[in-house]
Amino acid sequence: MTLTTATPKSVLTGAHFLDGDQAACEGALAAGANFAAGYPITPSTEIVERFAWRVPTVGGIFLQMEDELASSIAIVGAAWGGAKVFTVTSGPGFSLMMEHLGYAAMTETPMVLVDVQRGGPSTGLPTLPGQADMMQARWGSHGDYEIIALCPNSPQECFNLTIDAFNLAEEYRTPVLVMMDECVGHMTEKVVIPPAEEIKLYPRRYTSLPPSEYLPFRPGPDGIPEMVKAGAGYRIHVTGLTHDEHGYPAMDWQAQKKLVSRLVKKIRDNAERIARWEEHQVEDAEVVVVAYGITSRVAQRAMQMARAEGLRVGLLRPVVAWPFPEKRLRELAARVHSFVVVEMNYGQMVYEVERCADGRTRTELLGHGGGTVHEPEEILEALREAA
Amino acid sequence: MSTLPQVNPVEPFLRSDRMPHIWCPGCGIGTTVNCFARALVESKLPLDKVAVVSGIGCTGRVAGYVHLDSFHTTHGRAIPFATGLKLANPDLHVVVYSGDGDLIAIGGNHFIHAARRNVDITVICVNNFIYGMTGGQVAPTTPVGATATTSPYGCFERPFNLPFLAESSGAVYVARWTAFHVRHIAHSMVEAFQKKGFSFIEILSPCPTLYQRRNKMGDGLDTMRFYKQHSVIKNGANTREVDINLQGEIIVGKFVDIERPTLQQTMDQQLRQTLRDRYAGWGGA
Amino acid sequence: MPEAPAAPRARKFRGQVFIDWDRCKGCGFCSEFCPPKALAFSGEFNTHGYHPPYLADEEACTGCDLCGLYCPDFAIYGVRVPKN
Repeated sequence: MTLTTATPKSVLTGAHFLDGDQAACEGALAAGANFAAGYPITPSTEIVERFAWRVPTVGGIFLQMEDELASSIAIVGAAWGGAKVFTVTSGPGFSLMMEHLGYAAMTETPMVLVDVQRGGPSTGLPTLPGQADMMQARWGSHGDYEIIALCPNSPQECFNLTIDAFNLAEEYRTPVLVMMDECVGHMTEKVVIPPAEEIKLYPRRYTSLPPSEYLPFRPGPDGIPEMVKAGAGYRIHVTGLTHDEHGYPAMDWQAQKKLVSRLVKKIRDNAERIARWEEHQVEDAEVVVVAYGITSRVAQRAMQMARAEGLRVGLLRPVVAWPFPEKRLRELAARVHSFVVVEMNYGQMVYEVERCADGRTRTELLGHGGGTVHEPEEILEALREAA
Repeated sequence: MSTLPQVNPVEPFLRSDRMPHIWCPGCGIGTTVNCFARALVESKLPLDKVAVVSGIGCTGRVAGYVHLDSFHTTHGRAIPFATGLKLANPDLHVVVYSGDGDLIAIGGNHFIHAARRNVDITVICVNNFIYGMTGGQVAPTTPVGATATTSPYGCFERPFNLPFLAESSGAVYVARWTAFHVRHIAHSMVEAFQKKGFSFIEILSPCPTLYQRRNKMGDGLDTMRFYKQHSVIKNGANTREVDINLQGEIIVGKFVDIERPTLQQTMDQQLRQTLRDRYAGWGGA
Repeated sequence: MPEAPAAPRARKFRGQVFIDWDRCKGCGFCSEFCPPKALAFSGEFNTHGYHPPYLADEEACTGCDLCGLYCPDFAIYGVRVPKN
């Protein structure tokens, strides 16, 4: 697939001082997002506030809907009208959007959903960070589906990874999540936005077949069907019911197997390609810290402190949290002494690490309920114990 | 001898490969689909540009049976889907075709907001006073005293007056007919398609298997006769006064037909006014 | 002097109906609402056990297609045939 480049008008090229929310908005604009619907929820609101301010001069629409249910489905409708779409939310809204996340997965609608995680459960701590939506990101909607989720750990990454999210959404015809946290969303740092021609975009996989030959859900060789938009003369039918290649409801186990296995495989079979992580000093590490989002930055400091004490500690930071970097974790599990998973929850991604460790190495959790980030010292203490 | 059309005039509008449909004998939904097909012919809309969006339920299945770009969405959310679809492609004629439970219960919030905003869509609400697909549960339109599976001793909630709800929320075109009034339905649909803004057509329809049977109202034909006998056409009636009284009259007609700028228009106007030539508008999808 | 009864209006059309025998579910809308009451339930069954209609009074049918407009199963339609 030939990549296109961003249009200069949408790209705020230059060096800026932005917070993560603002950077995510700029990432969406740079990626060519031209339709967003949203509902105010701390700490994500600034993303759409900025989009509402910017997009009318760039070209596009923002509509604040009456709730997250409307927001999450309005963007699906707009996507089928041909738009490039996203919405933003936090915990309580994320829960509301789950049905439509599943609908987008089932109908293979490209869209991006940004969850700026806060303390939970329920109303929780609206203005303070958490990382307790990570498992919900993977399993939140009902039924079998796979999800792609990225975890920025800086405002710069909020910009970069949002563009990557859009590209993954188009490539795999699937909803993609950007799992920020309140800390990353509200911290202000330097964000460098490159010129438009350096930003590569994956174009929507529209078919070139005529209507007489096109089937909306017939997969190509890579397991992904080509798309069309409403009004182009294809007379498509799209449903959330289990469907056949025509898009018609097909209510039997054979159709279920055929469709759902393909939806799952289209991500699972590409998990190694999609997975992305960062490693620091892992080569000789006895203890590997696994951390993502803002926690990874504190963990990195703790790792440096541990190294200064002579402890052989490394850091593995999943950048794409789902699909989880399973292969790499399994490799490391064969030789490291232990994993220490640091996250702002009482245990979520630790289970993935534990699963990959498969009993071959110890997995420790240093978690807490959120509301604040970890202290480097408390991570260091855990590392000393683990070593 | 002239060659006669050997094809049912409604056939080109159907996905014939999906016939027969799932609706029961005597159900009025299919009747409304005939009216829809006729209205599409009369209004001369370019069919490639007509999109049908429905929710979940018996009426929601209409989307799957019409040979147009059609979207069978989630329960209650056809209207916000349609809002996004229409904004992304203003050339489309977007028709929401769904049932009373889907549009007014779970979808109620979206209904009133879309009417408030005057989203340029046509909403066809087939009201059978029940949740049909799931086996006959009570709906916000079920009359007091009527039996349903989840109100087995009789419904004790006051039902919505849908035309009043639509008008007070801001709909610019409001009509109600019964499945008996086929020509009127088709005519209202033509008017609604041509109308700029949120158009709402309520169509009372029999659910012989569940609503009519449980409430001893006979079958579909009995209900159609009932509609014929009990309905009174009062165009321009005050929507406050059109509550359905199944012991008395069913007031049908075109109640509201006003002009108001659509969401697209108010959005463009406001942004253009504030941003002037910096307003980039909708670049198109 | 009583007026002579008006001559019956000369009909320019007569009609013909086409019935998809197996689509019919015997609801009765067509025969009920046919203005000249030209349709009736036939005594035969279709494969689903319903009695589809038939044009009982062929002369009466005008081809108005009201039957087609009513039919919820898309099983019948009427066409006008110019009288010649």
